Amino acid sequence: MLELIRHPWHWSIAGFLIGLTVPALLLIGNKSFGISSSLRHICAACIPANIPFFKYDWKKEVWNLFFVAGIMIGGFIGNYFLSNPEAIVVAPHTQETLQQLGVKDFSGLMPVDIFSFDNLLTAKGLVFFVIGGFMVGFGTRYAGGCTSGHSIMGLSNLQWPSLVATISFMVGGFAMTQLLLPYIMHWVN
Amino acid sequence: MEKSVKIPHADEFVILPEKGEKSYVNPHPVECEAPNEQVKKETIFSNLKYLIVGVTFGIVFVKAEIVSWFRIQEMFRLDSFHMYGVIGTAVVTGMVSVLLIKRLNIKTLQGEKVQFHPKTFNKGQIFGGLIFGLGWAITGACPGPLFAQIGAGFVVVIVTLLSAIAGTWVYGLLREKLPH
Repeated sequence: MLELIRHPWHWSIAGFLIGLTVPALLLIGNKSFGISSSLRHICAACIPANIPFFKYDWKKEVWNLFFVAGIMIGGFIGNYFLSNPEAIVVAPHTQETLQQLGVKDFSGLMPVDIFSFDNLLTAKGLVFFVIGGFMVGFGTRYAGGCTSGHSIMGLSNLQWPSLVATISFMVGGFAMTQLLLPYIMHWVN
Repeated sequence: MEKSVKIPHADEFVILPEKGEKSYVNPHPVECEAPNEQVKKETIFSNLKYLIVGVTFGIVFVKAEIVSWFRIQEMFRLDSFHMYGVIGTAVVTGMVSVLLIKRLNIKTLQGEKVQFHPKTFNKGQIFGGLIFGLGWAITGACPGPLFAQIGAGFVVVIVTLLSAIAGTWVYGLLREKLPH
């Protein structure tokens, strides 16, 4: 059994379990699924700075912070107790393209060529952590949700603005990967 | 008496009578995509159930390798079906669940009616969506996986998370000046 859990899970099982989060949250406490809102609650709790957007009773929404704390713990359990003993299998074409862009290490879930502390104060760190993170936080709030709030919760509830948002997420992602990333990798290497 | 004021593209705000026009609080951020609609008050202890749902969710994120920067790259290079399969299955499961809750009028554990929130269109969904998409492909993470990556031991992602919080804050600051 543990052996089965340790292997990477099939997309259908993962998708089914993620989809079940929608009714689970609705039924255990009338909560709509969404994760990027946690970033807003953190702002409201720590640095509201008299900005109207952050003036609300964040304590009423504190469940969302418990939820993301749980995700962090789940990430820990998943990687330290249930981890896959073998290296991740990356699609050959992606691996080839990334190698040309200067990514060398394909052994972990994340490329250590990029996501390590050594890169924090370099151009790589600036792009991949600081600018990338900023765009995730700014963009999700501007769009009013992320992959969970729009793509999963919004589409589950048949909301067409969520479809617009989801298409925009994908267009942005394709543009970055296909058009901009080669230039960025060239610059940071 | 509490007076309310409507700020463009924002929630309804309530002006605090004792603090005057300048000071208003938002009683409930409805336009937030994950609002708490439970009427019954919750204690810290009862909030632990959301922590447990989060733990399950985090384990799925790691075990299905959704937290992997490589999987996101494969998705945006159309080299693997994995992420499309995950998101597609999740949406179908969610859709069927929402349909069943509505049709069968299933109540919450507290016996309350389940509240759904229709989304209204604004241009932010396009502009913000594009910006998020660009960031998603660089960081290899949407907000959920960010938390899971940190838990999984990629400690440097804390910097990404702090940047994301800063991005959210700057959006709040500039909100009235941005096209919506």
